[in-house]
Amino acid sequence: MLRAAPVKYVARRLLQGVFVLWAAYTLSFLILFTLPGDAATVAAAGGGDASTVDPKLVEQLRHEYGLDQPLWLQYLHALGKALRGDFGSNPQTGQPALHEVTQVLPNTLGLAAAALVLAVVVGFLLAVASTFPRAAWLRQALGALPPLGAAVPVFWIGLLLLQWFSFHLRWFPSLGDEGFRSLVLPAVTLAVPTGAYIAQLLSRSLRLTLGRPYIEQVRAKGAGEARVHFAHALRNAVLPTLTMVGVLIGNLLAGTVVTETVFSRTGVGRLVVQAVGDRDLPVVQVVVVFAALVFVVSSLAVDLVYPLIDRRIVLGRAAATA
Amino acid sequence: MTSRTTARVAAFAAGAAALAFALAGCSGGSGSTNGAGSSAASKPVSGGNLTFAISSENGCIDPQQVGNNDDIAIARQTVASLTSQDPKTGEIKPWLASSWKVNADASSFTFTLRTGTTYADGTPIDAESVKENFAGIQALGAKATLGSTYLSGLKDVKVIDPQTVEIDFSKPSAQFLQATSTFTLGLVSNASTKLSVADRCAGKFAGSGPFTVKSFTPAQQAVLVKRDGYDWGPSTNSHTGEAYLDSVTFKVVPEASTLTGSLSSGQIDASADVQATDLPQFDGNGFWVRNRTNPGVVYNLYPNAKNPALADEKVRQAISKAIDRSAVTKLLTKWDKPAKSVLSSSTPYWSDQSSLLTQDVSGAKKLLEDDGWKLGSDGVREKGGKKLSFTLVYWQPTSDQLQLVQQELKAVGIELQLKQTTIADATATNDGTQALSWGNLTRADPDVVRTVFSARGTQNNNHRAAEAVDDVLDLQAATTDKAARQKLVDQAAKTLITEAWSIPVFQLSTTIAASDKVHDLKFEASSRLDFYDTWLSK
Repeated sequence: MLRAAPVKYVARRLLQGVFVLWAAYTLSFLILFTLPGDAATVAAAGGGDASTVDPKLVEQLRHEYGLDQPLWLQYLHALGKALRGDFGSNPQTGQPALHEVTQVLPNTLGLAAAALVLAVVVGFLLAVASTFPRAAWLRQALGALPPLGAAVPVFWIGLLLLQWFSFHLRWFPSLGDEGFRSLVLPAVTLAVPTGAYIAQLLSRSLRLTLGRPYIEQVRAKGAGEARVHFAHALRNAVLPTLTMVGVLIGNLLAGTVVTETVFSRTGVGRLVVQAVGDRDLPVVQVVVVFAALVFVVSSLAVDLVYPLIDRRIVLGRAAATA
Repeated sequence: MTSRTTARVAAFAAGAAALAFALAGCSGGSGSTNGAGSSAASKPVSGGNLTFAISSENGCIDPQQVGNNDDIAIARQTVASLTSQDPKTGEIKPWLASSWKVNADASSFTFTLRTGTTYADGTPIDAESVKENFAGIQALGAKATLGSTYLSGLKDVKVIDPQTVEIDFSKPSAQFLQATSTFTLGLVSNASTKLSVADRCAGKFAGSGPFTVKSFTPAQQAVLVKRDGYDWGPSTNSHTGEAYLDSVTFKVVPEASTLTGSLSSGQIDASADVQATDLPQFDGNGFWVRNRTNPGVVYNLYPNAKNPALADEKVRQAISKAIDRSAVTKLLTKWDKPAKSVLSSSTPYWSDQSSLLTQDVSGAKKLLEDDGWKLGSDGVREKGGKKLSFTLVYWQPTSDQLQLVQQELKAVGIELQLKQTTIADATATNDGTQALSWGNLTRADPDVVRTVFSARGTQNNNHRAAEAVDDVLDLQAATTDKAARQKLVDQAAKTLITEAWSIPVFQLSTTIAASDKVHDLKFEASSRLDFYDTWLSK
């Protein structure tokens, strides 16, 4: 199925990916430097209650962290080390940034994966369900759920789930990331907006597809609703949704920030929030580069899957028309 | 299964999921439960794990480095200190040191250590290790923000014999005795003083306290276990042997409503980070609440002497007179108190100066009027084309209180613009260019006034040139006689308030909320948490 062209195509895409990673690294470096304050002022404040810090102390720390060097020199120095896999250390704790991120990464990946599976399953079911029933009121009621799910804020969903299933019924723990039970509520919370988004996209394109002539033909041959949906319509309807997978994964990662905070889980989302507050450049950069990597890989993977679903698509060529 | 039934099942599942969300949406009420009821607070029993929630954790639990209140709660339990400060009287009592001598001008301190005490790695707590600890804190330098203040001017640490150590300063340092009671100068083993900053932060040190670090996952949790064989508890606690609790689990819960719900549903046992608005629900109903004012410099506005308007004493005094401190304090918990001096009422050597801090709106207006500040059409006073308007950049969670101060200042024609931001942002902005800054500093020694206000110090929050009050502050730092020091501290506080270099507003306090099964979770003199006497009813 993957013909000769893709090798060149993949090579070109990988090159683009490297550019995206470099741009993400550089931009995050510059953005953090435009924010007021740096790791030295944070360390000097000590997270304590002093309102003014000793300027001499800040200078001394700045020197220790190498923050007193010219910006371009700091950048080149950091980039050079990053290329060798050394992103530097968290200035407050002295731990290597890469280690701090990889330590909590499994938690975030587990959460995001569980949420993605849940979102895909529920999103698909809702989309199908909203085009399936004969009764119009039921179709409409089910069709109204995805926009609702996409509209409510994630933290609110999280707090409601906690209130009911943890504080009231006590089925699930409200805190932490140990064991499967602690994963349920956060995964559901995170899955709601993503699932709603999938359901919205898919049900729209499913309705469009179901209105197309070839479906009429399938129906005329006497196929039942289920066969129409699953054997004929879904395959074509799924493409627009698949295009958005990269964006969806991005949304999921962004959603972990709120979810991990509400459910007191460790993870990349919470880590990066703290790192930005602490002006902890190394950790922020590891996370940004990682997110960019996920984005590059997932969109490449989606593009490689296209031709498998729709034979009319050939990689590396201008859109082939049917 | 035929494809038709598959589809039906699928549709049903989708509907069920939708229903689950709808149900979740219906529940609004809080599931507040009754705890064990009235606690038979009698004889402490050993055993059990206490789960304590903190709202933040900055990745470091080394007692000699931490400055964040939540991290301090963890770190404090892992070390013993040379001395212990009595929370009731503020007096310094023996702990690892059985006795001490201070010379006349408080520049030399000789401690005699008690025998039979050890670090968690089995090595003895002797004079040599005290020397190593202080050298270690000095080596940490800027990373030990509190420690470098306490050891400022340290000249020499002499090991007289294994149980006697002499600490000499190049200038008088009366604060040092109290400093020896803090977690910052708490002792870790010789080997621990040589660990890397990262390893120390990660809790790999061997301490001297009633608990040791079993595990620590930054931003997630820390588990402390009791130290077997610990029997050198200070007289300021109610027992001397091992801690009653087998372990304390500190869980980091950043979201306030999750913390409240987890406490009320029994998933955590206690916390000192419950929001003021949620505290009433824990006052009874199977829970208890205990509040203590933090010692030290109260929350106050620091006028910048370099600002032309604020260099004028009358303007500073008008700001101070415009504020109704009781009204501002009403926005806090019912236990909180308005500022009655520069120091808070739980600080040793505090005295009531509230007569200098009463609201006087007409007095404030008259001061400004006589000084030539005329009301403009927008209600903001001006003089020579300059508006009486200031910006305050702060990071503390005190927005409600500051907004009331803003309204009170508006009433006398002073505009206060408020901007809340992060620590990094606020610290970088308040570099001496801002008209006003805002803050407090916790410490159970009056020398904290010198730390914060002295023009000869490194903070110099007013950015002043040295004046008479700085001599008074230096003198109290060199005075060991109680009555004489009290006079000097009072004099400094009065001057700072009447000249309005300090505009005190309210006292910071710490509030523990806990389930009734938790007993004797205490405050030490610095209002830091003390788990040593704490026990759980079965």
